[in-house]
Amino acid sequence: MPVFQIVHVIVFLILTVLTLGGALGVVLSRNLFHSALFLVLSFAGVVGYYALLDAGFLAAVQLLIYIGAIAVLILFAVMLTRGLMAKRQTQRNQQWLIAGLVALLIFIVLAVVLWQVDWPVATEQALASPSVAISEEGSQLGQELLSTYVIPFEVASVLLLVALIGAVILARETES
Amino acid sequence: MIPLYWWLIVAAALFCIGLYAVLSRKNAIAILMGVELMLNAVNLNLIAFWRYVTPQALTGQVFAIFVITVAAAEAAVGLAIFISVYRKHGTIDVEKLDIMRW
Repeated sequence: MPVFQIVHVIVFLILTVLTLGGALGVVLSRNLFHSALFLVLSFAGVVGYYALLDAGFLAAVQLLIYIGAIAVLILFAVMLTRGLMAKRQTQRNQQWLIAGLVALLIFIVLAVVLWQVDWPVATEQALASPSVAISEEGSQLGQELLSTYVIPFEVASVLLLVALIGAVILARETES
Repeated sequence: MIPLYWWLIVAAALFCIGLYAVLSRKNAIAILMGVELMLNAVNLNLIAFWRYVTPQALTGQVFAIFVITVAAAEAAVGLAIFISVYRKHGTIDVEKLDIMRW
């Protein structure tokens, strides 16, 4: 068991370096295309996090949708709007210093407050094994989505339809 | 097991890096990337709490799935808007897009 613990911690630290390093790369990179690729790296780190948290189905969903769809969409948009990339000027606006200070301050406040809360963590026995067997996690999620959460499910599908139609109309070439 | 606090700190750090990206970048697509980072941090928080506080119910995962769905819809519409604005004005530098300012 201790070996398992150490492997867990090592994998967690490697994934943290990937995720936070990718996020910092998004923010600090001068080239917008590199920023988008760092974003892909960050999303991949989060895929590892979900797998480490025994949320296998969600890891697959994150990989398919965030990396496979959203990041690709962002790369397309970066390539279609290349105006700012041509010049090697700074990507930061005038208030970057205050923004950095505010973000750092919020992080410090969160770290302090989160340390002090006594989270109602479940008992050791409940934590030791995943809640549902891995083989039936997907089917149980499907059943819950269609029974307990059917209304948000239907609303989400209407939302996706509206977004699809809206995106097509907005990005359409106007004949004028 | 890894303490819950470590997960919350990582999610908070990711959120604050995304916040800095939103507040300090000129390019509209870079701002959208910061928003996506913040949404990922929120999802990570949700799944961490699911695993450590109520691992017997799947509510946390369902919530995270809906957050991913809404993020995807928002990214699609947002990028369509950026492309349309780029076609009309030739730039997506948010400092230069000031038609709606007083």
